[in-house]
Amino acid sequence: MAIFVNEKTKVLVQGLTGGQGRFHGLRNRDYGTQVVAGVTPGKAGQDVEGIKIYDTVESAVAATGATASFIAVPPKAAPEAILEAARAGIGFVVCITEGVPAQDEARVFATLQRDFPKTRLLGPNCPGIISPGKCNIGITAGEIAALPTAKGPNVGIVSRSGTLTYQALYELKQRNIGVSTCVGIGGDPVPGTSFVDCLAEFQSDPETHAIIMIGEIGGAAEEEAAEFIMTHVTKPMSAYIAGVTAPAGKKMGHAGAIVSGGKGTAQGKMDALNSAGVKVGLNPTEACELMAQIIASM
Amino acid sequence: MDLFEYQGKQYFARYDIAVSAGGVALTVDEAVAQAELAKYPVVIKAQVQVGGRGKAGGIKLANNADEVRLHAKNILGMNIKNHIVKRVWVEHASDIAEEYYASFTLDRSAKRHLLMLSAQGGVEIEHVAVVDPTAIVKLHVNPVEGLTLDAAKRAVVDARISEKAQDGVAAMLVKLYECFTKGDCDLAEINPLILKPNGEVHALDAKVTLDDNAAFRHPEWDEYRATEELDERESLAREKNLQYIGLDGSVGIIANGAGLAMSTLDVVNQVGGKAANFLDIGGGANAELMTAALEVINSDAKVKSIFINIFGGITRGDEVAKGIVEVIKRVKLRAPIVIRLDGTNATEGRAIIAAAGIAESQLISRSTMLEAARSAVEIAGKK
Repeated sequence: MAIFVNEKTKVLVQGLTGGQGRFHGLRNRDYGTQVVAGVTPGKAGQDVEGIKIYDTVESAVAATGATASFIAVPPKAAPEAILEAARAGIGFVVCITEGVPAQDEARVFATLQRDFPKTRLLGPNCPGIISPGKCNIGITAGEIAALPTAKGPNVGIVSRSGTLTYQALYELKQRNIGVSTCVGIGGDPVPGTSFVDCLAEFQSDPETHAIIMIGEIGGAAEEEAAEFIMTHVTKPMSAYIAGVTAPAGKKMGHAGAIVSGGKGTAQGKMDALNSAGVKVGLNPTEACELMAQIIASM
Repeated sequence: MDLFEYQGKQYFARYDIAVSAGGVALTVDEAVAQAELAKYPVVIKAQVQVGGRGKAGGIKLANNADEVRLHAKNILGMNIKNHIVKRVWVEHASDIAEEYYASFTLDRSAKRHLLMLSAQGGVEIEHVAVVDPTAIVKLHVNPVEGLTLDAAKRAVVDARISEKAQDGVAAMLVKLYECFTKGDCDLAEINPLILKPNGEVHALDAKVTLDDNAAFRHPEWDEYRATEELDERESLAREKNLQYIGLDGSVGIIANGAGLAMSTLDVVNQVGGKAANFLDIGGGANAELMTAALEVINSDAKVKSIFINIFGGITRGDEVAKGIVEVIKRVKLRAPIVIRLDGTNATEGRAIIAAAGIAESQLISRSTMLEAARSAVEIAGKK
């Protein structure tokens, strides 16, 4: 099973001829992902190590039946690339681009919501998604992810941070705990996919038995997740929130990670998750240890 | 990037939002010259990015050149909550009939733009929100549809803005929304938005935060960059394109990824230490970036130990290790490094560090984040 992507997912890469797109697109293919096409306007007919390039997403979809898109283009081009994928009927769009203006993100999200409700956007500014052994879209190093086992228990991971996602994957692998899907939703102010979206999917995925959530300071996404967990999630969870010591008013690298007006503090988020029955660790290792205890008791 | 009031007003003026005639001054003589241009009476306002200027004596009325001299002399150089006043804004004093509040931000939960409007202006809006929450009208605006004049008029009526000011305020809201969206602001706030006795509506203050990600389409922002108040370490980091924030502890931090860097700060704190900075060197973590990062950390006299926390995903541990060994040979560091290397090829990386034969007084390798934090804090001393 897994969520959002699996062995049947056919991926096209918007920007496959660029540095990032080529590097990660080919790595994703090497992992076993079905990378069926690349899209770069004006370069139709070329290929990148055997992957055919098309001028438009529409023509690539028509020729290959691609169902997902991996966008690795500069910030100026990302909003239009997302909308082009949506217009071509792509159901799942992963945008790793860092540095997209917040006004563009808000406009793109509202446009998808109004005109293309069947398209799910992951990102921008996210590491991507991996369903170990099945499909890897984005920049995650596939080899650090443990394969899920047939009878479980397997863990689903959802995270706002890239490197902390890898940290979690790695620690679970060292403890021989399988992963169903690991989703990096990204650290920007208007992520296309939220914690709540992922939690809902994990809750109904038979291959996922427990969930790790990694949040950070800023916004109210973790508090909203806590509210959702209380009413909708029955699977056991552990969590970690980065930024306990972050000073107010300073953006900590991610555009969304800022404590302002006393809102969005790590402590507030930890308290909310605790009240929802989530076991909260004080560092990423502790969150994974707590998950190991949960798994051991299953 | 946060703008000073005078820059915010200049930015507003680009979008046809009415502001008072005035100018910025760095010296007492310049303040007098600006006052003559603006016509007396004038208000002299300290330009600092912190609230409570008025209470601190940073805003004064002057009726003639002598008064301007007196006040400008007092205000320039004044310390307001650890912000030193380097500039004053001198503008023609406005007659005020009524004061309102208006702002646009992005509501991240709703994924919509948010207008906040109140007939109670000139006071802290957070205070109004606590004592009289119904006095603030909140209106979500769909970013695709934008703010229509009709919607603005309804918000103005809902906020119980005086009838004589309603048309003016509604028109002002549409312009402010334009500034917020086309101008790529994270925040565009007017407090107070005033009604003059002659019926004109006018922005008496300006608080603007710009979205750094949109700088590529705003060449006009370059002049704001020049006045941005960064400490020495932050300026150096910006030159090197590193994500750096200066803090006041003694453990220098370098990590790859914003989340991991934040987490590193947390772990250092957890074991009783205090970080000197936040520094995210991003995904690459090659020798060049590592050198630049170490140079920035090295410029901070408070640093007593340097904690390098790298998790190898696509970044390979052996490459990171090679880079660090190279840097240690090239740069003379003020403090020992504690490195935690984990993830892809971490074992090979640790072997490279061990084989380099660097003294423990210069480089210590630890295999987990927590152990590394303990070592770094032990060297730097507890907070």
